[in-house]
Amino acid sequence: MWYIFGVEIDPSPIWTTLAVAFTTTLVLLIIGIPMAWKLARTQSRWKVFFEALVALPLVLPPTVLGFYLLISMNPNGMVADFLRFLGHPDGQLTFTFVGLVIGSVFYSLPFAVQPLMRAFEQVPQSLVDAAKTMRANTLSLFWQVVMPLSRRGFLTAATLAFAHTVGEFGVVLMVGGNIPHETRMVSIAIFDHVETLEYAQAHVLSVIMLIFSFSVLLVVYGLNRKFEVKIG
Amino acid sequence: MTFKSLLAISLIVLAPLSVLADELKIAVAANFLKTMETLSKNFEQQTGHTIKVSGGPTGKLYAQIENGAPFDIFFSADQKSTKKLEDDGKIKTGSRFIYAQGRLSLWMPNVPAGVEAADVLKKGDFKHIALANPKAAPYGVAAEQTLEKLGLLETLRPKFVMGENIGQTYQFVATGNAQMGFVAHSYTVDPKHVNKGSFWLVPLSYHSPLDQDVVVLKKAENSKTAQAFIDYVRSAEGKQIIEASGYTVPN
Repeated sequence: MWYIFGVEIDPSPIWTTLAVAFTTTLVLLIIGIPMAWKLARTQSRWKVFFEALVALPLVLPPTVLGFYLLISMNPNGMVADFLRFLGHPDGQLTFTFVGLVIGSVFYSLPFAVQPLMRAFEQVPQSLVDAAKTMRANTLSLFWQVVMPLSRRGFLTAATLAFAHTVGEFGVVLMVGGNIPHETRMVSIAIFDHVETLEYAQAHVLSVIMLIFSFSVLLVVYGLNRKFEVKIG
Repeated sequence: MTFKSLLAISLIVLAPLSVLADELKIAVAANFLKTMETLSKNFEQQTGHTIKVSGGPTGKLYAQIENGAPFDIFFSADQKSTKKLEDDGKIKTGSRFIYAQGRLSLWMPNVPAGVEAADVLKKGDFKHIALANPKAAPYGVAAEQTLEKLGLLETLRPKFVMGENIGQTYQFVATGNAQMGFVAHSYTVDPKHVNKGSFWLVPLSYHSPLDQDVVVLKKAENSKTAQAFIDYVRSAEGKQIIEASGYTVPN
């Protein structure tokens, strides 16, 4: 228990939130990079379709996402069948840390993919072609050409994905189950405090969230200036 | 007859109605929302008044009312928030009373009728049991008290998943994510909701009463319509609707 301004606060939702956000960001960078690269470079007429798909979580109420996840990840569903086939003991993802991460990956997807895409679009095709003529393989092309030119995009993607996951509510509410130390996140804890008329605790947690969110955005904008990449 | 004159006539005929017809804004705890819809629809039909119903978790509604939400009547799921509103002078004096007592029910979609619920719980042959968060919802407290009474609270605690309200708790069970759950009997009484397995209506002696208060808010202090609706809720017809919805009405 923490005592902040004389108010007793259970810090475990804070740790859970940070753990979910960190894992989600990691996963999003891993799957977001190839997705964003593909979308940034493709000439296909399907591009708009996939762009719209990636942007969906921006406009969809999180409860819609949460509701579908609740239904699709239930222990009698296809996802669970598949996981059991892979050797998972019961295949259930709802009410677990992993389930929350999966929900958050969907929920924060555009916040990672879009900045990466914008950054990749800025990488001149001539540089990519030049590297290829010098027989650079995909990996060295990425590390030596794309990465240094897209640092800003990476930082923005990582911080926004992280911060957006921290602020997640609807999805967690639907698939979390409010299990202490596992799926109870800060936003749910605040909701609970308001529900139980414990306004002092709600205030303290809300102020922590506010300061945290503002600092994150400050860092993003600060880094954006520092890492401004001049091309051409 | 031209359209214009028809319009004029209907305006003249309907005008007195629109003067008499009043509008009520009612805040209602999520567990009572369905019942409220029936009550308000009947009242509307009988009186010509309009009722706008806003459902939500009691704590949220309380916070909204404290901060100036324009409700006339508040049907709460507890007595804590209504007593606070009373202490703060936000209600019509003397308007607070218990309109319904909730009944707790354990819904077991995978257990056929006729099997003892206590045996199922003792066996513990399930992964998750859903209940409303006892911190946020009186039904959650009642569920914990019931398990305590059965001597199973600490054994089953690791299997708990908690909904933020009784509706969400129901949803966890209905979607198969939890194998059973403590819900409001207002859900299990409705065969549309509980179409699988069986339920156990928890005896009242297992938990402290789930008293649900209603208050007329200060804003509607002098509203005849608000009073008329309260009278309707207390009438024999109102009582019958509430009881048919799975609640007990205290005398």
